[in-house]
Parts: sequence; C-alpha cells; structure tokens
Amino acid sequence: MTVEITINGVKAKAEKGESLLEVIRKYGFVVPSLCHHHAVEPCGSCRVCLVSVTDNGRTKLAASCNYKVREGLDVTTDSEEIRRNRAMVLELMLAESNAPQVQKLAAEYGVTSSRFSTEETKALAAERDGCILCGLCVRVCEEVVEVAALNFEGRGDKRDVGTPYQEAPQNCIACGACAYVCPTDCIGFVEEDGVRKLKKWKRELPMAKDPSGRPIAPQFQLYYFTQKAGLPADFYKKGGPGSR
Amino acid sequence: MDTAKVEAIIKKHNGDATALLAIMQDVQAEENYLPREAVEHIAKKLEIPISRIYSMATFFESFHLEPRGKHICTVCMGTACHVRGAQRLVEQLERDLKVKSGGTSEDGLFTLEEVNCVGACALGPLVIVDGKYHGNTTSAKISKVVTEIQKVEGGK
Repeated sequence: MTVEITINGVKAKAEKGESLLEVIRKYGFVVPSLCHHHAVEPCGSCRVCLVSVTDNGRTKLAASCNYKVREGLDVTTDSEEIRRNRAMVLELMLAESNAPQVQKLAAEYGVTSSRFSTEETKALAAERDGCILCGLCVRVCEEVVEVAALNFEGRGDKRDVGTPYQEAPQNCIACGACAYVCPTDCIGFVEEDGVRKLKKWKRELPMAKDPSGRPIAPQFQLYYFTQKAGLPADFYKKGGPGSR
Repeated sequence: MDTAKVEAIIKKHNGDATALLAIMQDVQAEENYLPREAVEHIAKKLEIPISRIYSMATFFESFHLEPRGKHICTVCMGTACHVRGAQRLVEQLERDLKVKSGGTSEDGLFTLEEVNCVGACALGPLVIVDGKYHGNTTSAKISKVVTEIQKVEGGK
C-alpha cells in the first residue's frame, strides 16, 4: 500500500512498512548510517541515522533505518537538536572504537575527542580493533549468504562479535560478504599466495584457479555456490561466466 | 555426553527449534554444563546454526561451556547477603573446597560460584548447594554441609 509522508517539507510517496531511511535517501536527503545495508534487515544498533519524526501529532527522535513508514509521517532529517544527538551518539561510539570511519563521521559533527574515553575504553577499543558491534556481518552471513557462521557472544560490556568457540568456523565459505558490508573495515579480508584469509574469523581457504592460473575464489565457496544454485559440479571449471 | 541422552531431550521437546532454550537447560541439568558435542548435535538436529546456540549460551550467565564440578556451591552476593557477611562464606568455602571462587576443584567434585542475588534476601546470607537453599547460614554451618558431602564422596 502506498502512503504519503513529508520529508523536510517535501511530499514523498512510499510503501507502507518500508524502512524510513531508505525512503529518505531515495528522495535525495543525506542521513548518515553505519549499521545499515539495504540487503539485510535493519536493526538500529548504531543510532547514527536518527531523525525527528512526527507521528500522530507526537514528535520524537528515532533511528530511521528500522522505523516503518506509515501514512502521514512528518520527518525532519536535519536540525540543531538532531545534530546534537547524533554528536552524542558518535562521542559515545568514539570512546569504544578507533576506526577511522567513526573518527571521520564524528569529526563531521564536531566531535574530535570523547569525554567518555578512559584507559579501560581505550584498551577495549584496541582489542576490538575498530569493531562497533553493529552486527552487519552477522546479519549478512545469516540472511544473504545463509551460512550463519558468525554471531554475537556475551552480554553487556563483554558483548562481542565472533565465531563459535573462537575458532575458524568450518561452515564459513570465506566469501567476504562480512568484510564487504563492514562499516569500519575491521574484518581483515586479504588474498595472498592463492589463499583467501578473513583475519578476524581466523578462516583461511585455498582458492581455485582459472585456466590461466589466476585465483578466482575459494574452492569451498564455489562448491557452496554450485550447491545453492543447483549448477553442475564442473560449472566453474569450464571458464564460464563465473570465472573471470 | 551420550548422544542418546541429547536425543531423548530433543525428542521430549518434539524437536522444536523454538524450544532451544529449554533444551539447553535440560542438557545442562544433566551435565552441569553444555558439552560441545551436545551443542553440535542440537544444532544438527534442529537445523539451526551452531553460532546461534553459542550466542545464546554466552548471553545467559546460567549457561556454562566449560565442565563444572559434580556439586555446585552458589554463594549469594546480593546486597542483603553481602552486608551479612557473604564474603566470609566465600572465603570459608574456598578454604574447605581448595578452589578459587568461580573455579572447579581439582578432583572435579566442587564448583564454587558467586551470584548477584537469588531473590531470597530475607534468608541472607544464603548459599545454594546442589539446588538446596541454606539460609541464615554461617561459615561454620556451611562448612559442615560441604564436609558432609566430601565425606560421602570420599567414602565411595
């Protein structure tokens, strides 16, 4: 069902239940986000995409990525209040992450240092190596790749993203989807000497080669693709469209 | 852990993936912890990723992935128990069981744990030994309880 909403005074059409952030961006307005990707379910963990929404006469600040569009919403994507709140979110995040992407976004909101930074948070940031626990890698692995090699573990200040028993997951096909969507680029995707490595998950897989000897992708990944898509087992050996 | 035992527990819950938490609790009730083989078996049977079970097991404080002792001593460290000397009980038990709080004794008989409140504040200080609540206890009383168990175990 199509509904009509207002974004910064502009009338906009959207499907009921759609992600508000997606609609805002479709109409060309800029709202930052870290934990959002259109290919997976939004989860609102980074809170950077917060906007002001007036729904049924009540105005509130809400994360737009997992806000479902309804008839008559009146949305403001930029104001002094919104900037102040995003700056606070980023200042908190900055205390626990040393990722350049977070630093850059924070700087855009005038945050260059964090009042919440302590020796403890600095150690935590160093250990997490940029990870902001947004869970994009977890969601893409489960929803898109359908392998679910990763998940959150622990709780509260011990929460982390990882693989079961901190070991290289045997079901991981090293496709690198997690590294592709990671907003802080902290997974460590490298290909060297015909081996693909995902450092954060300790996964290393030898790669299949095309007839000219150039590595294409991990053998296991190609096997997984042929299984999923019901392709003949020798599909990638033929030098077809899959092999560059 | 015996696969047959895990199998029976899964069957009890009709192999229903939404009963995962209950299945994990039942497995832990048998073994005092969640053995890795059991986790892997549950994942395979219920067709859910191991990562999800691991995530749940680490989220809840009550699940344990490392083997624990045959007997579990849990000392309540909630405010009410704390002000009535729960710390002294922990120290007494550490001496009696020859184990640091949070650890398992070398013979694998006892695990000593602290918990932040069991909601029985009127009974404080409180120690739970193998599911039995010992309220209004003292270091002498609780020492007696565990030495009884030690005697029984030693006599075997």
